[in-house]
Parts: sequence; C-alpha cells; structure tokens
Amino acid sequence: MTTTETAKRAPIANRLYTGELSFDIVGHSRRWYAISAGLLAVALLAILLRGLTLGIEFTGGSEITAPAPGVDASTVTEVRGAVIDTGVPGAAEPIVTAVGEDRIRVQTGELTTEESTRVRDAVATELGVPTDDVAVQVVGPSWGEEITRTAALGLLLFLGGVILFLSIAFEWKMAIAAIAALFHDIVATVGIYALVGFAITPATVIGFITILGYSLYDTVVVFDKVRENTKGITAQNRYTYSEAANLAVNQTLVRSVNTSVIALLPIGAILFVGAGLLGAGTLKDLALALFIGVAVGTYSSIFIATPLLADLKEREPTLQALTRRVRARRGSVAVAAVSAAETAPVAPATGRREVGETGERHQPQRSTRAQRRGGRPPGRR
Amino acid sequence: MASTNAPRPWRSLDVVVAALALVYGLLAVQDLWLPRLGLDLRGGTSITLTASTPDGSDPSPDSIDQAVEIIRDRVNGSGVAEAEVSTQGSNNVIVAVPGVGEDELVQIVGQTAELRFRPVLAVVPGASPQEAPTPEATPAPEGTGEPTAPTDQPTATPTEAVGQRAVTSGLTAQETATPVETPAAEAPATEAPPTEQPAAEQPATEGALVADGQATPEGLAQLQAFDCSQVEVAATDAPEDPLVTCDQDGTTRFLLAPADVVGTDIRRATAEIPQAGLGFVVSLDFTSEGADKFYESTQRLAGQQFPQNAFAIVLDGRVVSYPTVNEPIPGGQAVIEGQFTQQEAQRLATVLSYGALPLSFETSEVTTVSPTLGSEQLEAGLLAGALGLLLVSLYGLLYYRALGTVVIASLAVAGAFAYGLVVLLGEWIGFTLTLAGIAGLIVAIGITADSFVVYFERVRDDVRDGRSIRMAVETGWVRARRTILASDAVSLLAAFFLYTFSVGNVRGFAFTLGLTTLIDVFVVFLFTKPLLTLLARSRFFGEGHRFSGLAAERMAAPRRSGRAAPAPRDRAGTTTEEALR
Repeated sequence: MTTTETAKRAPIANRLYTGELSFDIVGHSRRWYAISAGLLAVALLAILLRGLTLGIEFTGGSEITAPAPGVDASTVTEVRGAVIDTGVPGAAEPIVTAVGEDRIRVQTGELTTEESTRVRDAVATELGVPTDDVAVQVVGPSWGEEITRTAALGLLLFLGGVILFLSIAFEWKMAIAAIAALFHDIVATVGIYALVGFAITPATVIGFITILGYSLYDTVVVFDKVRENTKGITAQNRYTYSEAANLAVNQTLVRSVNTSVIALLPIGAILFVGAGLLGAGTLKDLALALFIGVAVGTYSSIFIATPLLADLKEREPTLQALTRRVRARRGSVAVAAVSAAETAPVAPATGRREVGETGERHQPQRSTRAQRRGGRPPGRR
Repeated sequence: MASTNAPRPWRSLDVVVAALALVYGLLAVQDLWLPRLGLDLRGGTSITLTASTPDGSDPSPDSIDQAVEIIRDRVNGSGVAEAEVSTQGSNNVIVAVPGVGEDELVQIVGQTAELRFRPVLAVVPGASPQEAPTPEATPAPEGTGEPTAPTDQPTATPTEAVGQRAVTSGLTAQETATPVETPAAEAPATEAPPTEQPAAEQPATEGALVADGQATPEGLAQLQAFDCSQVEVAATDAPEDPLVTCDQDGTTRFLLAPADVVGTDIRRATAEIPQAGLGFVVSLDFTSEGADKFYESTQRLAGQQFPQNAFAIVLDGRVVSYPTVNEPIPGGQAVIEGQFTQQEAQRLATVLSYGALPLSFETSEVTTVSPTLGSEQLEAGLLAGALGLLLVSLYGLLYYRALGTVVIASLAVAGAFAYGLVVLLGEWIGFTLTLAGIAGLIVAIGITADSFVVYFERVRDDVRDGRSIRMAVETGWVRARRTILASDAVSLLAAFFLYTFSVGNVRGFAFTLGLTTLIDVFVVFLFTKPLLTLLARSRFFGEGHRFSGLAAERMAAPRRSGRAAPAPRDRAGTTTEEALR
C-alpha cells in the first residue's frame, strides 16, 4: 500500500476501486460481528442499568429559561432560592443550571399554568429581566406517552415500508440485512446516550429517526453496488458472492467516507452553533443524536450490513455451488502461484488472503493490469 | 442508455431556469420574501391540547373539528391577533399565538365546551344595523314524534320573522333603550352590590337578576348596560345561575334564566330536510332524562310572550341560537325550524351533538418563547446553515477540485429552490419554518451533496476504466441515477412517515427533509448532470486538467510497467480480462 509516495489519496481511491487495494471486510465478518455484539451488549447494559435521562417533554414538568448575562454559581444559587421561596409544591426542588454564558434554566416538577407563572415571575424578578423575556415550557404528564406512542407507530410503519421497498427494488435478503444494520445503529446510539447521560428530548427522537433514514440511505448505496457486481454471478467461477460483495464495499468506500464527511460537516456546524452559542435546545439535541448516529451508521453499512447480506446469500444452494467451483478452480491454478509471488506483492496479500487465498494464486495468471482487475465481476459494462 | 446518448443539456438547464423564474416570479407577484417563521423563531406561545373522550377511544374527526371551531372562537374572542388553531395527529389541537404573556388564554382554551339550554328572559337586539339575525326557530315535534305531536304546528318561517321584529319594538317600549355604547366595561361587577360571588366574570346573582323565573328590573338594567366585548371567552357558565351574555356576533344581548337542559341531556342532533318543507331543520333526540327536563321546560315556556317563550342554546357562555317554543314538547323528540341553510343547520347540529359529548382537553404542552430568544435561535439556525454550506463547499473544492464548483453551483440552485418553496408553501398551505425545520434543511445539505458524490465517484470509476471523460460523464450517470433514486426514495419514505405519524417539532423537520429530497432529485437530474455534460465538452474538464477533479493521472493506479497513460479501452474492462484468460 505504500508503493507510491506522492499523490497518495487519489491512487488509493483508484486501487480500492479496481480491487488492487482491498480491505477484506466481508471475509472478516466474524470479527465485525464480535465487535458489534460487544458494542450492543455494552449499549443494552447501559440502557438497562443506567437508564435514559428523559427530558421534561417525556416526564412532564416545567422548564423556565431566562436571560442572565454573566451568570455564575451565585446567580444559580440565588435563582434557586427565589424559586423555592415561591412555595409552589412542584417547584420545591428545582434544578437550576447555567446554560451557555448568558442564560439560566430552571427545571421543576409538574406545575399548573398559574404556578408556572408564579415561578416565572419570581425568576424574572430575581434576575431583573422583563417577564416577557422569560421562556416557559409546561408539559403535561401524558404528553410524553403521546409522543412516544405516535413515534412508535410511525417507526413500525416506516420499517414495514422500508422492508417492502427494498424487497421490491432489491431483494428481501437485502431488506433484512439493512434492517439489522438499522437496529444496530439505533441500539448503539441510544446506548451511548444512556452511557453518557445525555437527556432525551423530542429533538433527540427526531435525530434518532433521521439516523434510521440516513443509515438506510447509506446501506442502499452499498447494496446497489453489490447488486451490480453480483449480476449474473452464477455464470462464472472466478469469484464468490462474498468476494463480489467485498469488492462492492471497497469500491464504495471512498464514497462512504466522503458522504459521511459531507454529512457530518453541516451536522457538526449545527452542533457547534447549537451547543456553543445557544447552549441547549432543539439544535444541540438534534445535532448530537445525528452526529453519533451518522458515525455509527457509516460503520454499520460497511461492516455489518454487507457481511450480513453475504452470509445470508451464501446459504443459497446456487451460490454455495459457486463457492465450491471457485475453490476448485483456484486449487487447480495454485501450482503456478509460487513463481510470481514476488512480482506483485502489493494489495492482494492484505486483500483476499482469507477467502480462498485469492491474492497470490491469481497473480501469475495476469499482467499487472489484469491483476488490478482481479475479482471484477463480469456484469459491468 | 438511449437517453444518455443524446443528452440535451441546454434544454434541461432551461427548465431549471424557468422553474426558478416561476418560483421567484410567484414570490415577486405576491411580494413575499420571507418565510413564515414558527413561534420558536419569532417568539410566541404555543399550546398543545390533547383531546380525550370519556371512554378513552380516539375522538372522531368530526368532534375534533368541532372542538377546533370552539377553540378558535375562544381564541378570536379573547382578542388575540393572528392566532392559529390547527390539528395534529388524531387528537391534538395546537394553538399558536404570536406574542407572550397570554397566561389567561392558556387557561381558557383547554376548557371543556359546555352546552346549555336556558330560557330567555329578555333580549336586547344589537344596535349595529347590519346585525346578522340569528336564524330563529320554533321547536316542534316531528316525524317519529308525530302521534304525540299537536298537528296545528305553526309554520316557523313567517312567525319567526315577525317575532324578531316584535321583540325589538317590544323591548324598546318596555325599557327606554339606553345606548349600547354605554361604557359599561366594569358595570356588572361593580354595579350589582348583592354579588356574593367573588368571580367577577359572573355578572349575575340569582337574587339580583331573576326572581320567580322573571327578570327583575335590576336584571334588565344590567342587561341594558351589558357590553358584549366583555363576555368572557369560555365564560364559566354555571348552569344553576342566571346569565347575561351575547350571541356569537357580539351584537344581541340576553338575560337568561338558569339552565333547564344541559349538553349531556341530548343524545344526538342532525340536520335534515323536513318531509314537507323548505330549507333545513335540526332535529333533536333527547335522552330519557333530558326528554323529561325538556318537556317540563317547554311546558313553562309555551304560551308565554316573546321573548319569554324562547330558550337560548348557549355554547361556551355565548348564545348560538334562540328558538321560540310554541307548545309543550313531550317524547324527547324536537325539531328546530328556521330559515337555515344546509351549512347553518349542520353547524347547529354539530354544536348540539358534541356539546352533548364533550371532549375533555388536557393541556399537554405550553411553550413560551420570548421574541429575543426567538431571534437568537433564528440567528443560530442561519449561522449553522451558513457554516454547514461553507464547510461542505470547501470540502467539495478540496476533494473534487474544479468539480467542486459544480457541487457549489448545484447546492446554490437547490438552496434557491428550497428557500423559494418554503416561502411559497408558507403562503399556500401555512407551512411554518421552525428551528427543527431549519435543522432539516441543514441536514439536507449533506444528503443533497451526497447525490453529487455518488455521481462524481461513478464518473471517476468510469474514467479509471479508461473511458474518455465525455463518455464517462454519460455512462457513469446511467448507474449513478439509479443509486440516487433508490437512496432518495428511502429518504422520502422516512420523511413521509415522520411527517404523518408525529407531532410537534418533528413535523417541521420531516417536511423540510422531504421537500429538499425532492428538490435534490430535481436538481441532480436537470442541473448537475447537464452541467457536467456541458463542462465535459470544455477542454479543461474534457481533457482532464489536473485541477479538474477528473484528471486521469490523479486517479490512475501506479503504473509500474511504465505506461504513461491509462490504457485506451473502448470496451468494458471485463472483456480485456476475458481475453487474458
């Protein structure tokens, strides 16, 4: 991989495309499954043991946000005292935090509209700001249930729709693999939330659901390439389905990385502005969920969805027969491999080592250029 | 492939230019340049009410519509400008009010709508000359109630019209009508000394206003002095107390006795056309308990003089209609006749039906955002968007060199469409741009840019395969467009389900996400691809200048064999491979 010193980036993209440089992702599927299983175990444990920190939209309660230039610890204490002094039962134990540099946030239990007005006025008086500048959010106790219920319904229908769409546009095994990757992303992301203790608000939920869309989107692009590479695959005997799928992952790797970077840039901008300038709220919650989710989603479409698809497909009798044919063929040409081993020691050694020793054994058959094209499916035009 | 063999890039670009001109032309015609901003961006109060029925089932769309009507009346009645009432999902009603400090509004919008039948004691018609006469009606048994019904039922239309006139003159004779404009804002509260109730909005006490079912002089005086603008929105309408109130137009004033029949006494009400008659009537079906109450009430009212023979249908403390009673109506069946149009009859029927089955509303969420915070959030959203665009543009230039300008131009076109459509849709379907919506637009930058990445990578793949750049731009497109369509379909699916099955903020996000996905398809098909076709004809791109982003040597594999240029191959690589075998 280090044969050329200059202009490295473009050639790497190129070698990935031709298969000269190939990461054996599908071949090492057990490794990725193990990593993901570990990740999911940690995520589930975190969710079960630590639980999720739910925002007031889900638990019910009130949140009062007031401008407080130069807020510091003493301001927080004073405001807290002022809120407790209102004597409103629901506000006996307020959570008062400084948000950013010029805002203060008071979270209380459930308040009636009247009570929240009293607390608001107390906060405004304490800080010496007009009451109209104070933002108030009062959430009833069953609102969270309502949001959760509709979101769950929407999610189920969405998944159904996606399975249907992918089954028609692609095939049902791709749909299964894509959905599996999707669950992986959601559990992992929610797990990270449980682990770190970020609060879950409706904006976070938007983020989660967007991750679903994004993760699928990303997987669809890879699968589209897999489909192209494996078209008419049973008509030849030079490479297996897994190898063709692996090539597809490698060929779309540059795109996947580019896409992730391009997706993360605006999300990073929202996160930066949302967390840095506004301190808290919709933008930050949304962007945080997206940022984590896009990262996890990119990983899963490369390392989970495609290997899973290959595993599913390799169970098909015709493809098993293909794998046997490929092995038999490689066995017969293996003899010639030894002499040519040093002429092309580059990529295939890392590339297809595991799956039938493709790398070395292919070489003597080919010129350098042909080797570049090793494993290219015939379906391409 | 046929379509790509003869690309007509200029025509596509013309379509884009025409579409842009159309969008902005429409904006210019309506002189609309700014999107409709959500309350979280301009400050305001948003109240989310969740309806529930007594048995816990989902409320019917009709009852929700009726509830929205009632809430709208309440909001408008409270004098708040520009308030919007809308539904979300099957059982949520959102009230959006620009401006803050509407504590009182929050209290009243969520109250259960109450329906009462109250005997009318006195009426003062509106002073306004173009006062819309409430279609008055005579309740009478009909249809199924025929056997029990007296047959000499007077035709409603003529008597009613006369009745209305008579009232006017009658009252003016009785009480020398004081001008309605009397500044009587505080009058009821201050003027009635015997008021035992602290509730200021209850302008009446039984002793003061009504005695033995008759209006007292004091009650009449208070009626005269009453100012309709003072009627509480969703006034606490205690059925056992008398009430001074107005009709929904706020013109005619009434002094009403305690309620005889309440909403729950009505089983159902329907608008229908009588067998022999013109116009519409509203037929009422009472519960057995309600039937007794109604019979008793009509017995008392029938035979009295107008207006004492009328009962007022009071919803939310305001008189919806006040039909007169000509004879006692037993049997729990009645018809309200009048010069109803179909619409009026249906509206009255709905009021009667759903007043009978009141939806109770829970105030699920109240959010108040100060205008200062709103504008800060708007600025932050815009800043994040600008920053996101800048970063993506820089990355595009860095990675794709000159091709990055295509990314930027395409994003600019997509952005222009997105902005124009958001503004237009704000006007057409009332779409409001919220912070979450802005976030959706920003996230969409990534998805839009990804279409270009998919396409460019395909083109570069084909260049690596040894195709000429001009050729690769076409062949790469054929495969890229399928990928773009498939992945955009998934995005659209996500947006659709998000929008349909969500409440609150999520919808704004889903809407902009779906909108920009559609714009993306439009732009990449009709702008990016044709633009690339055109550029490929230029020397700079077509011959793969080293900064063009398509330079073959920058993408080619290291050539250890000393070959300087990619092998010119017209056919697909696989053919070569086959040949080697």
